[in-house]
Amino acid sequence: MSNSKILANGVDVYYGSKQALFGISMDIKEKEVTALIGPSGCGKSTFLRCINRMNDLIEICKVSGSIKVDNEEIISEKTDVVSLRSKIGMVFQKPNPFPKSIFDNVAYGPTIHGLVDSKNELEEIVHSSLKKAGLFDEVKDRLNEPGTSLSGGQQQRLCIARAIAVNPEIILMDEPCSALDPIATAIIEELIDELRLNYTIIIVTHSMQQAARVSQKTCFFHLGELIETGETNKIFTNPDNTKTQDYITGRFG
Amino acid sequence: MFFWSLVLIAVGIFSSFIYGRSRIKLNSKKQGTKSKSLPNYYAQYVLMWCLFPALIVYFSWAIFQEQIIQNIVISNFEFIEGAVYNEGLLLAEIRNVANNPSFADGKSIEIINAASHYSSLRQISQISFYTSIIIIMLLGALYASQKLKPEFHAQHTIEKYIQYILIFCSSVAIFTTIGIVFSLIFESLRFFAEVSIFEFLFSTEWYPFIPIREGQTAAEGSFGAVPIFAGTFLVMVVAMCVAVPLGLLTAIYLAEYASQRVRKIVKPLLEILAGIPTIVYGFFAFVSVAPFVKAFGQSIGIDASPTSALAAGMVMGVMIIPFISSLSDDVINSVPQSLREASLGIGANKAETIKKVILPAALPGIVGAFLLAISRAIGETMIVVVAAGTAPNLTGNPFENVTTVTVQIVVALIGDQEFDNPRTLSAFALGLVLFVITLLLNIIALQIVKRYRERYE
Repeated sequence: MSNSKILANGVDVYYGSKQALFGISMDIKEKEVTALIGPSGCGKSTFLRCINRMNDLIEICKVSGSIKVDNEEIISEKTDVVSLRSKIGMVFQKPNPFPKSIFDNVAYGPTIHGLVDSKNELEEIVHSSLKKAGLFDEVKDRLNEPGTSLSGGQQQRLCIARAIAVNPEIILMDEPCSALDPIATAIIEELIDELRLNYTIIIVTHSMQQAARVSQKTCFFHLGELIETGETNKIFTNPDNTKTQDYITGRFG
Repeated sequence: MFFWSLVLIAVGIFSSFIYGRSRIKLNSKKQGTKSKSLPNYYAQYVLMWCLFPALIVYFSWAIFQEQIIQNIVISNFEFIEGAVYNEGLLLAEIRNVANNPSFADGKSIEIINAASHYSSLRQISQISFYTSIIIIMLLGALYASQKLKPEFHAQHTIEKYIQYILIFCSSVAIFTTIGIVFSLIFESLRFFAEVSIFEFLFSTEWYPFIPIREGQTAAEGSFGAVPIFAGTFLVMVVAMCVAVPLGLLTAIYLAEYASQRVRKIVKPLLEILAGIPTIVYGFFAFVSVAPFVKAFGQSIGIDASPTSALAAGMVMGVMIIPFISSLSDDVINSVPQSLREASLGIGANKAETIKKVILPAALPGIVGAFLLAISRAIGETMIVVVAAGTAPNLTGNPFENVTTVTVQIVVALIGDQEFDNPRTLSAFALGLVLFVITLLLNIIALQIVKRYRERYE
């Protein structure tokens, strides 16, 4: 159990008076890809957004329970949300580059966190982040063009580069391919496979094939409860729970 | 007279509606087929044919009746050889006698004759007015009732008519605007016929007095509008210095920091500021702010006049805060939430997110809001009339008296003025310049806001 990166215990989430998550407990290992699957509205995105406290943005949202990242409690008033979020990058469902140049998009994080002392250093980080996101070769001649001028798949990789530029340990991905075509999706999936070597990745996805392709662990959510969690191979071939069985065979959802 | 004719028209449209409704039901029953549209549409069809011709008659009578009667009376008037008549006075006299026979004492026989002629003409006019309204309504209804057959698509026709009515209503505003522009242009041309346009635009002397008596040469007017534009600009700059920071920061607070509850209370409160009559701002500026400015000026050793650009500008700035805050708040709110999440997700705090992501994204819209506020500021009248003074000073010192375009227009038009001297006509030239400037600002602002909207939708 020593390489447990995120440890959730009894997480409840309320939107106003409506309960969205019921006592979620989960153990996420370091440098693995964990996929969260389940039908729409089952709470998988809500759980993902608890991990970097993104739910703070929603006024009526109340989170209770315990989530520990590197053995440090993050569901607490005392948590330093800014440093937590610099340690946990996030990639969103729709590519959301800033209306700035490609370079500035990636440079944004390192600049606000004061990670660099010189222009050269910043350039180095931007270039290496773009390389890690597999985008550098495509954009190296037009780093000053707006990020919004790229194609959807390129924009999403730009967002990944932007997230890894601050050198996080964990990357949360909220349906990163749902707005992309199959080819762009394949490129991102390949990228996730590479990133796994250096980062702990949690990905929410609607596509069961995608979960099967990219993840090592899979968690199945249903109606705000965590039904089953286990090795991806096992979940997709021989799940313990009949609900999981029904979902992955397409009987509902 | 015209009240009773309205009653008559009301009765007409009511009965035509009832008639149309029952007639179509009867006709379709007779033919044994169902009508193409609902009976109400046929009724409306008859109603419209009854109403609109009657309205046209009504308004043409209202507009032309008096004029025509007067012309007939005057042309039949038995002028006495050699006497001088003022037509306006003569008509007024005739009307007085006609309306009130006791005035007839001591009037000449010609006047009394003309007055009785006038009264009889009015009576004829009234009778023919009512008859023609009734006839025209009957004719309209008759024409419409010919069409009341089940196979007639009344609904389509009604919809077409309604479209015409809507077009007519919207063109009223457009034609009014065009009319205003033309009256400005023509009166300005009369002004520029007497004062050269170069003097107006580039000379720095504004001394709009003209000789009162024939041959008086002491006061030769001079019409250099530069000090007026400079004053307008100075007041506008002061106003924007107040309104931009306050308005923008208010907008940021409302859009990014305030809870839903606070926002729901504060935003309408701010918009009340925009609803205060500007004359109220004016005396607030004059009574409360101007003395304060004067005292403040004295305390730092500047001799401030009792009315000043600073006092007027500051209050005007407060007045346009809601324009800037409300528009900017909308613009900031329309920056997609995904950009906020992206920035916060990297670990930026709120201030960094606002400064580096949200404001740059919202900037075009915010600039648009500023431009609209500026055009509001330079068109504003009452505050500056009361609080900025009327002295055409060419100065950059905000503690001094200045005057603005709108103030000079008021000054030029106040009092008994004939529209034949350059002093009064200067109001139109100033108005034209003001109109062109605000129009350009509005166009630029709307373009900027539009381009910004396109980017996110």
